[in-house]
Amino acid sequence: MSKIHVTTTINNEPVEFLCDGSQTILDVLRDTLGLTGSKEGCGSGDCGACTIMVDGRMICGCLMLGAEAEGKRVETIEGMAQGDHLHPLQQKFIELAALQCGICTPGFLVASKALLERNPKPSEHELRYWLAGNLCRCTGYDKIIQAVMEVAADLRK
Amino acid sequence: MQDIQYAAPKTIDEAVALVAGANGSGRILAGGTDLLVQMRSGMLSPGLIVDVKKIGELTRISEEGGGFVIGAAVSGAQIGEHARLPKAWPGVVEAINLIGSKQIQGRASAGGNLCNASPAADSVPALIAAGAIVVVQGPKGRREMPVEKFHAGPGRSNLTPGEIVVGLKLPPRAAGSADAYLRLIPRTEMDIAVVGCGVSLTLQNGKCTAARVGLGAVAPTPLLVEEAGKALVGTTLDEAALGKAAAACRAACKPIDDKRGTIAYRTKIAGVLLQRAAKIAADRAKG
Repeated sequence: MSKIHVTTTINNEPVEFLCDGSQTILDVLRDTLGLTGSKEGCGSGDCGACTIMVDGRMICGCLMLGAEAEGKRVETIEGMAQGDHLHPLQQKFIELAALQCGICTPGFLVASKALLERNPKPSEHELRYWLAGNLCRCTGYDKIIQAVMEVAADLRK
Repeated sequence: MQDIQYAAPKTIDEAVALVAGANGSGRILAGGTDLLVQMRSGMLSPGLIVDVKKIGELTRISEEGGGFVIGAAVSGAQIGEHARLPKAWPGVVEAINLIGSKQIQGRASAGGNLCNASPAADSVPALIAAGAIVVVQGPKGRREMPVEKFHAGPGRSNLTPGEIVVGLKLPPRAAGSADAYLRLIPRTEMDIAVVGCGVSLTLQNGKCTAARVGLGAVAPTPLLVEEAGKALVGTTLDEAALGKAAAACRAACKPIDDKRGTIAYRTKIAGVLLQRAAKIAADRAKG
Protein backbone atom coordinates (compact mmCIF):
# COMPACT_ATOMS: atom_id res chain seq x y z
CA MET A 1 0.00 0.00 0.00
CA SER A 2 1.47 3.32 -1.04
CA LYS A 3 1.97 5.99 1.56
CA ILE A 4 0.58 9.51 1.35
CA HIS A 5 3.17 12.25 0.94
CA VAL A 6 2.34 15.33 3.00
CA THR A 7 4.00 18.75 2.91
CA THR A 8 3.17 20.98 5.84
CA THR A 9 4.52 23.51 8.32
CA ILE A 10 5.09 22.51 11.93
CA ASN A 11 6.15 25.17 14.42
CA ASN A 12 7.17 27.44 11.53
CA GLU A 13 9.44 24.79 9.99
CA PRO A 14 8.64 23.22 6.61
CA VAL A 15 8.13 19.50 7.13
CA GLU A 16 7.46 16.58 4.81
CA PHE A 17 6.33 13.16 5.93
CA LEU A 18 4.78 9.94 4.67
CA CYS A 19 1.71 8.49 6.36
CA ASP A 20 -1.05 5.92 5.94
CA GLY A 21 -4.65 6.93 5.33
CA SER A 22 -5.60 5.80 8.81
CA GLN A 23 -2.87 7.61 10.75
CA THR A 24 -3.86 10.62 12.83
CA ILE A 25 -1.76 13.76 12.93
CA LEU A 26 -1.07 12.84 16.56
CA ASP A 27 0.38 9.48 15.45
CA VAL A 28 2.52 11.28 12.87
CA LEU A 29 3.75 13.90 15.33
CA ARG A 30 4.64 11.37 18.00
CA ASP A 31 5.73 8.28 16.06
CA THR A 32 7.03 9.61 12.73
CA LEU A 33 8.39 13.02 13.67
CA GLY A 34 9.40 12.36 17.29
CA LEU A 35 7.41 15.30 18.60
CA THR A 36 6.12 13.51 21.70
CA GLY A 37 5.01 16.60 23.61
CA SER A 38 1.39 16.17 22.48
CA LYS A 39 -0.05 13.29 24.46
CA GLU A 40 -2.64 10.69 23.66
CA GLY A 41 -5.10 10.44 26.55
CA CYS A 42 -8.47 9.18 25.38
CA GLY A 43 -8.07 9.04 21.61
CA SER A 44 -11.67 10.18 21.20
CA GLY A 45 -11.55 13.96 21.54
CA ASP A 46 -12.71 14.07 25.16
CA CYS A 47 -9.56 14.83 27.16
CA GLY A 48 -7.64 17.48 25.19
CA ALA A 49 -4.17 16.09 25.99
CA CYS A 50 -3.40 16.13 22.24
CA THR A 51 -4.50 19.75 21.72
CA ILE A 52 -2.61 21.39 18.86
CA MET A 53 -3.22 24.43 16.65
CA VAL A 54 -3.97 24.01 12.95
CA ASP A 55 -4.24 27.20 10.88
CA GLY A 56 -4.76 29.11 14.12
CA ARG A 57 -7.56 26.88 15.42
CA MET A 58 -7.42 24.63 18.43
CA ILE A 59 -8.12 21.00 17.61
CA CYS A 60 -7.61 17.50 18.99
CA GLY A 61 -4.69 15.85 17.20
CA CYS A 62 -6.31 12.45 17.71
CA LEU A 63 -9.30 13.49 15.57
CA MET A 64 -7.42 14.74 12.51
CA LEU A 65 -5.71 12.60 9.91
CA GLY A 66 -2.07 13.16 9.12
CA ALA A 67 -3.02 13.47 5.45
CA GLU A 68 -5.18 16.47 6.29
CA ALA A 69 -2.11 18.47 7.33
CA GLU A 70 -1.19 19.04 3.67
CA GLY A 71 -0.62 22.77 3.21
CA LYS A 72 -1.61 23.56 6.80
CA ARG A 73 0.18 25.44 9.56
CA VAL A 74 0.52 23.17 12.59
CA GLU A 75 1.66 24.39 16.00
CA THR A 76 2.47 22.05 18.89
CA ILE A 77 3.72 22.40 22.45
CA GLU A 78 7.28 22.00 21.12
CA GLY A 79 6.96 25.43 19.49
CA MET A 80 5.91 27.20 22.66
CA ALA A 81 9.23 27.88 24.38
CA GLN A 82 11.75 30.04 22.51
CA GLY A 83 14.90 27.96 22.89
CA ASP A 84 15.60 27.73 26.63
CA HIS A 85 13.23 30.61 27.30
CA LEU A 86 9.94 29.21 28.56
CA HIS A 87 6.62 30.81 27.63
CA PRO A 88 5.16 32.74 30.60
CA LEU A 89 2.40 30.10 30.87
CA GLN A 90 4.98 27.30 31.12
CA GLN A 91 6.95 29.27 33.72
CA LYS A 92 3.84 29.98 35.79
CA PHE A 93 2.64 26.38 35.66
CA ILE A 94 5.97 25.40 37.25
CA GLU A 95 5.90 28.18 39.84
CA LEU A 96 2.35 27.43 40.96
CA ALA A 97 2.65 23.66 40.65
CA ALA A 98 -0.21 23.63 38.17
CA LEU A 99 0.67 20.08 37.21
CA GLN A 100 1.45 16.76 38.79
CA CYS A 101 1.79 13.87 36.37
CA GLY A 102 2.07 16.21 33.38
CA ILE A 103 0.14 14.22 30.79
CA CYS A 104 -2.55 16.88 30.40
CA THR A 105 -0.14 19.81 30.68
CA PRO A 106 0.84 20.31 27.01
CA GLY A 107 -2.84 20.41 26.07
CA PHE A 108 -3.68 22.89 28.83
CA LEU A 109 -0.77 25.11 27.80
CA VAL A 110 -1.67 25.14 24.10
CA ALA A 111 -5.34 25.77 24.90
CA SER A 112 -4.58 28.51 27.43
CA LYS A 113 -2.23 30.28 25.03
CA ALA A 114 -4.93 30.16 22.35
CA LEU A 115 -7.41 31.79 24.72
CA LEU A 116 -5.07 34.56 25.84
CA GLU A 117 -4.27 35.41 22.22
CA ARG A 118 -7.98 35.89 21.53
CA ASN A 119 -9.02 37.32 24.86
CA PRO A 120 -6.28 38.91 26.99
CA LYS A 121 -8.71 39.50 29.86
CA PRO A 122 -10.84 36.39 30.34
CA SER A 123 -13.05 36.03 33.38
CA GLU A 124 -12.51 32.89 35.43
CA HIS A 125 -15.88 31.72 34.11
CA GLU A 126 -14.77 32.18 30.48
CA LEU A 127 -11.48 30.45 31.20
CA ARG A 128 -13.14 27.43 32.80
CA TYR A 129 -15.52 27.06 29.84
CA TRP A 130 -12.66 27.48 27.37
CA LEU A 131 -10.74 24.69 29.12
CA ALA A 132 -13.76 22.37 29.46
CA GLY A 133 -12.25 20.16 26.77
CA ASN A 134 -9.05 19.61 28.77
CA LEU A 135 -9.23 17.04 31.54
CA CYS A 136 -6.81 16.86 34.49
CA ARG A 137 -7.12 14.07 37.04
CA CYS A 138 -4.38 15.35 39.37
CA THR A 139 -4.72 19.02 40.19
CA GLY A 140 -8.42 19.57 40.66
CA TYR A 141 -8.01 22.44 38.15
CA ASP A 142 -7.71 25.30 40.66
CA LYS A 143 -3.97 25.68 40.28
CA ILE A 144 -4.24 25.61 36.50
CA ILE A 145 -6.94 28.28 36.55
CA GLN A 146 -4.93 30.39 38.98
CA ALA A 147 -1.79 30.10 36.83
CA VAL A 148 -3.56 31.14 33.62
CA MET A 149 -5.35 34.04 35.35
CA GLU A 150 -2.03 35.30 36.77
CA VAL A 151 -0.31 35.08 33.39
CA ALA A 152 -3.21 36.91 31.76
CA ALA A 153 -2.80 39.70 34.32
CA ASP A 154 1.02 39.76 33.88
CA LEU A 155 0.76 39.93 30.09
CA ARG A 156 -1.61 42.89 30.32
CA LYS A 157 0.91 44.90 32.33
CA MET B 1 -6.91 0.15 11.53
CA GLN B 2 -6.56 -1.43 8.08
CA ASP B 3 -5.30 0.20 4.89
CA ILE B 4 -7.43 3.17 4.02
CA GLN B 5 -7.30 5.30 0.88
CA TYR B 6 -7.51 9.05 1.37
CA ALA B 7 -8.73 11.51 -1.25
CA ALA B 8 -9.27 15.27 -1.02
CA PRO B 9 -11.16 16.26 -4.17
CA LYS B 10 -11.64 19.90 -5.11
CA THR B 11 -15.14 19.62 -6.58
CA ILE B 12 -18.45 18.14 -5.46
CA ASP B 13 -18.70 16.11 -8.69
CA GLU B 14 -15.37 14.45 -7.95
CA ALA B 15 -16.39 13.74 -4.36
CA VAL B 16 -19.69 12.19 -5.48
CA ALA B 17 -17.89 10.06 -8.09
CA LEU B 18 -15.37 8.86 -5.52
CA VAL B 19 -18.06 7.89 -2.99
CA ALA B 20 -20.24 6.29 -5.68
CA GLY B 21 -17.25 4.29 -6.95
CA ALA B 22 -16.29 2.94 -3.53
CA ASN B 23 -19.10 0.35 -3.38
CA GLY B 24 -20.39 1.54 -0.04
CA SER B 25 -16.98 1.60 1.64
CA GLY B 26 -16.47 5.35 1.13
CA ARG B 27 -16.98 7.76 4.01
CA ILE B 28 -17.10 11.54 3.93
CA LEU B 29 -14.64 13.34 6.19
CA ALA B 30 -15.58 16.86 7.26
CA GLY B 31 -14.47 17.61 10.83
CA GLY B 32 -13.83 13.95 11.61
CA THR B 33 -15.00 14.28 15.20
CA ASP B 34 -17.45 11.42 14.76
CA LEU B 35 -15.79 9.51 11.89
CA LEU B 36 -12.37 9.10 13.51
CA VAL B 37 -13.91 8.04 16.83
CA GLN B 38 -16.05 5.44 15.05
CA MET B 39 -13.05 4.15 13.09
CA ARG B 40 -10.96 3.88 16.21
CA SER B 41 -13.65 2.02 18.13
CA GLY B 42 -14.01 -0.46 15.27
CA MET B 43 -17.60 0.58 14.49
CA LEU B 44 -16.51 1.62 10.99
CA SER B 45 -13.69 0.53 8.73
CA PRO B 46 -13.96 2.52 5.52
CA GLY B 47 -11.91 1.61 2.46
CA LEU B 48 -11.88 5.21 1.26
CA ILE B 49 -12.04 8.49 3.11
CA VAL B 50 -13.18 11.46 1.04
CA ASP B 51 -12.07 14.69 2.70
CA VAL B 52 -14.48 17.39 1.49
CA LYS B 53 -12.67 20.37 3.04
CA LYS B 54 -10.91 21.31 -0.20
CA ILE B 55 -14.30 21.98 -1.84
CA GLY B 56 -15.16 25.69 -1.81
CA GLU B 57 -18.94 25.34 -1.58
CA LEU B 58 -18.73 23.01 1.42
CA THR B 59 -16.35 25.22 3.39
CA ARG B 60 -17.94 28.65 3.21
CA ILE B 61 -20.97 30.47 4.53
CA SER B 62 -22.74 32.41 1.78
CA GLU B 63 -25.65 34.84 1.87
CA GLU B 64 -28.33 34.38 -0.75
CA GLY B 65 -31.56 36.35 -1.09
CA GLY B 66 -31.58 37.41 2.55
CA GLY B 67 -30.89 33.90 3.80
CA PHE B 68 -27.71 31.96 4.53
CA VAL B 69 -26.19 28.78 3.15
CA ILE B 70 -23.82 27.04 5.55
CA GLY B 71 -21.42 24.73 3.73
CA ALA B 72 -21.68 21.21 5.13
CA ALA B 73 -18.05 21.14 6.31
CA VAL B 74 -17.90 24.62 7.89
CA SER B 75 -16.68 24.27 11.50
CA GLY B 76 -18.67 25.39 14.52
CA ALA B 77 -15.96 27.92 15.34
CA GLN B 78 -16.31 29.53 11.89
CA ILE B 79 -20.08 29.64 12.28
CA GLY B 80 -19.82 31.26 15.71
CA GLU B 81 -17.38 33.89 14.43
CA HIS B 82 -19.39 34.86 11.34
CA ALA B 83 -20.18 38.57 11.11
CA ARG B 84 -23.95 38.27 10.58
CA LEU B 85 -25.11 34.68 11.04
CA PRO B 86 -25.16 34.65 14.89
CA LYS B 87 -27.30 37.81 14.91
CA ALA B 88 -29.77 36.45 12.37
CA TRP B 89 -29.98 32.92 13.81
CA PRO B 90 -28.80 33.01 17.45
CA GLY B 91 -30.58 29.74 18.29
CA VAL B 92 -29.05 27.79 15.42
CA VAL B 93 -25.60 29.13 16.23
CA GLU B 94 -25.85 28.46 19.98
CA ALA B 95 -26.99 24.91 19.22
CA ILE B 96 -24.06 24.25 16.89
CA ASN B 97 -21.63 25.85 19.35
CA LEU B 98 -22.83 23.54 22.15
CA ILE B 99 -21.35 20.51 20.37
CA GLY B 100 -18.26 19.41 22.29
CA SER B 101 -15.30 21.43 23.50
CA LYS B 102 -13.49 24.37 21.89
CA GLN B 103 -11.16 21.81 20.31
CA ILE B 104 -14.13 19.95 18.82
CA GLN B 105 -15.63 23.25 17.65
CA GLY B 106 -12.44 23.87 15.68
CA ARG B 107 -13.38 20.96 13.43
CA ALA B 108 -16.95 19.70 13.95
CA SER B 109 -19.47 20.80 11.32
CA ALA B 110 -23.23 21.20 11.23
CA GLY B 111 -23.30 18.93 8.17
CA GLY B 112 -21.47 16.24 10.11
CA ASN B 113 -23.74 16.59 13.13
CA LEU B 114 -26.69 16.06 10.78
CA CYS B 115 -25.14 13.06 8.99
CA ASN B 116 -24.08 11.36 12.24
CA ALA B 117 -27.84 11.16 12.77
CA SER B 118 -27.88 10.99 16.54
CA PRO B 119 -31.40 11.53 17.94
CA ALA B 120 -29.69 13.82 20.49
CA ALA B 121 -27.70 15.92 18.00
CA ASP B 122 -27.71 19.47 19.34
CA SER B 123 -27.82 21.36 16.05
CA VAL B 124 -30.77 19.47 14.58
CA PRO B 125 -33.76 20.66 16.69
CA ALA B 126 -32.61 24.26 16.17
CA LEU B 127 -32.26 23.70 12.41
CA ILE B 128 -35.72 22.10 12.29
CA ALA B 129 -37.21 25.06 14.16
CA ALA B 130 -35.42 27.39 11.75
CA GLY B 131 -37.02 25.69 8.74
CA ALA B 132 -33.58 24.83 7.38
CA ILE B 133 -33.26 22.91 4.10
CA VAL B 134 -30.60 20.26 3.47
CA VAL B 135 -28.95 20.45 0.04
CA VAL B 136 -27.63 17.08 -1.11
CA GLN B 137 -25.88 15.99 -4.27
CA GLY B 138 -25.46 12.51 -5.66
CA PRO B 139 -24.94 10.59 -8.88
CA LYS B 140 -28.42 11.64 -10.05
CA GLY B 141 -27.91 15.32 -9.35
CA ARG B 142 -28.92 17.76 -6.66
CA ARG B 143 -32.00 17.77 -4.46
CA GLU B 144 -33.25 19.47 -1.32
CA MET B 145 -35.20 18.29 1.69
CA PRO B 146 -36.33 19.85 4.96
CA VAL B 147 -34.07 18.93 7.89
CA GLU B 148 -36.95 17.13 9.64
CA LYS B 149 -37.16 14.71 6.66
CA PHE B 150 -33.43 13.91 6.70
CA HIS B 151 -33.27 11.24 9.40
CA ALA B 152 -34.53 7.67 9.12
CA GLY B 153 -33.62 6.49 12.62
CA PRO B 154 -30.74 6.48 15.09
CA GLY B 155 -27.55 6.67 12.98
CA ARG B 156 -29.50 6.47 9.72
CA SER B 157 -30.35 9.14 7.16
CA ASN B 158 -32.50 9.29 4.03
CA LEU B 159 -29.47 9.89 1.81
CA THR B 160 -29.41 7.44 -1.09
CA PRO B 161 -26.15 5.62 -1.95
CA GLY B 162 -23.53 8.04 -3.23
CA GLU B 163 -25.31 11.17 -2.01
CA ILE B 164 -23.46 13.71 0.10
CA VAL B 165 -24.67 16.72 2.05
CA VAL B 166 -23.52 19.94 0.42
CA GLY B 167 -24.98 22.55 2.72
CA LEU B 168 -27.78 23.85 4.91
CA LYS B 169 -30.02 26.66 3.75
CA LEU B 170 -31.49 29.05 6.30
CA PRO B 171 -34.40 31.11 4.95
CA PRO B 172 -34.61 34.94 4.98
CA ARG B 173 -35.80 36.39 8.30
CA ALA B 174 -38.98 38.46 8.65
CA ALA B 175 -38.69 41.51 10.94
CA GLY B 176 -39.35 40.63 14.59
CA SER B 177 -38.03 37.09 14.26
CA ALA B 178 -35.63 35.21 16.52
CA ASP B 179 -34.77 31.70 17.65
CA ALA B 180 -33.35 29.92 20.69
CA TYR B 181 -32.06 26.48 21.60
CA LEU B 182 -31.90 24.92 25.04
CA ARG B 183 -30.73 21.50 26.08
CA LEU B 184 -30.79 19.76 29.42
CA ILE B 185 -27.60 18.02 30.53
CA PRO B 186 -26.66 16.97 34.06
CA ARG B 187 -23.47 19.06 33.95
CA THR B 188 -22.69 22.50 32.55
CA GLU B 189 -20.62 21.58 29.49
CA MET B 190 -19.40 18.69 27.32
CA ASP B 191 -22.34 16.33 27.51
CA ILE B 192 -25.06 14.80 25.37
CA ALA B 193 -28.59 16.21 25.54
CA VAL B 194 -31.17 14.50 27.74
CA VAL B 195 -33.65 16.68 25.85
CA GLY B 196 -32.99 19.48 23.36
CA CYS B 197 -35.53 22.05 22.18
CA GLY B 198 -35.30 24.68 19.44
CA VAL B 199 -37.91 27.42 18.95
CA SER B 200 -38.05 29.93 16.12
CA LEU B 201 -40.77 32.57 16.07
CA THR B 202 -41.89 35.90 14.65
CA LEU B 203 -43.56 38.61 16.73
CA GLN B 204 -45.54 41.47 15.20
CA ASN B 205 -47.03 44.09 17.52
CA GLY B 206 -46.64 41.70 20.43
CA LYS B 207 -48.41 38.83 18.69
CA CYS B 208 -46.79 35.65 17.49
CA THR B 209 -47.38 35.31 13.74
CA ALA B 210 -45.19 32.30 13.01
CA ALA B 211 -43.56 29.62 15.18
CA ARG B 212 -41.75 26.34 14.67
CA VAL B 213 -40.56 23.94 17.35
CA GLY B 214 -37.92 21.19 17.09
CA LEU B 215 -37.28 18.55 19.74
CA GLY B 216 -34.26 16.29 20.16
CA ALA B 217 -33.44 13.17 22.21
CA VAL B 218 -37.10 12.29 22.77
CA ALA B 219 -37.66 10.00 19.77
CA PRO B 220 -35.68 7.86 17.28
CA THR B 221 -35.15 11.00 15.20
CA PRO B 222 -35.27 14.73 16.00
CA LEU B 223 -38.85 15.97 15.63
CA LEU B 224 -40.71 18.90 14.15
CA VAL B 225 -43.62 19.52 16.57
CA GLU B 226 -46.12 21.28 14.35
CA GLU B 227 -48.85 21.33 17.03
CA ALA B 228 -46.55 23.22 19.40
CA GLY B 229 -45.90 25.89 16.78
CA LYS B 230 -49.62 26.18 16.05
CA ALA B 231 -50.37 26.63 19.76
CA LEU B 232 -48.12 29.70 19.83
CA VAL B 233 -49.30 31.42 16.62
CA GLY B 234 -51.94 34.09 17.16
CA THR B 235 -51.12 34.47 20.85
CA THR B 236 -49.07 36.92 22.88
CA LEU B 237 -47.09 33.92 24.19
CA ASP B 238 -49.06 34.11 27.43
CA GLU B 239 -48.92 31.31 29.99
CA ALA B 240 -51.96 29.55 28.51
CA ALA B 241 -50.40 29.45 25.03
CA LEU B 242 -47.05 28.29 26.38
CA GLY B 243 -48.84 25.62 28.44
CA LYS B 244 -50.67 24.38 25.37
CA ALA B 245 -47.46 24.27 23.31
CA ALA B 246 -45.69 22.44 26.16
CA ALA B 247 -48.48 19.86 26.21
CA ALA B 248 -48.05 19.41 22.43
CA CYS B 249 -44.33 18.79 22.98
CA ARG B 250 -45.02 16.21 25.69
CA ALA B 251 -47.53 14.50 23.41
CA ALA B 252 -44.96 14.28 20.59
CA CYS B 253 -42.34 12.53 22.78
CA LYS B 254 -41.57 8.87 22.15
CA PRO B 255 -38.38 8.61 24.19
CA ILE B 256 -36.44 5.68 25.60
CA ASP B 257 -35.29 5.02 29.15
CA ASP B 258 -31.51 5.15 29.37
CA LYS B 259 -28.73 6.28 31.69
CA ARG B 260 -29.33 9.91 30.73
CA GLY B 261 -33.02 10.03 31.58
CA THR B 262 -36.24 8.11 31.95
CA ILE B 263 -39.22 8.30 29.62
CA ALA B 264 -41.24 10.24 32.20
CA TYR B 265 -38.42 12.70 32.91
CA ARG B 266 -37.63 13.36 29.24
CA THR B 267 -41.31 13.90 28.46
CA LYS B 268 -41.76 16.39 31.29
CA ILE B 269 -38.55 18.25 30.43
CA ALA B 270 -39.57 18.61 26.76
CA GLY B 271 -42.45 20.84 27.88
CA VAL B 272 -40.29 22.79 30.32
CA LEU B 273 -37.61 23.51 27.72
CA LEU B 274 -40.22 24.56 25.16
CA GLN B 275 -41.55 27.23 27.50
CA ARG B 276 -38.10 28.53 28.41
CA ALA B 277 -36.78 28.51 24.83
CA ALA B 278 -39.91 30.28 23.55
CA LYS B 279 -39.42 33.03 26.16
CA ILE B 280 -35.77 33.48 25.16
CA ALA B 281 -36.68 33.60 21.46
CA ALA B 282 -39.43 36.14 22.21
CA ASP B 283 -37.06 38.36 24.21
CA ARG B 284 -34.59 38.24 21.34
CA ALA B 285 -37.31 39.01 18.79
CA LYS B 286 -38.28 42.10 20.78
CA GLY B 287 -34.58 43.13 20.63
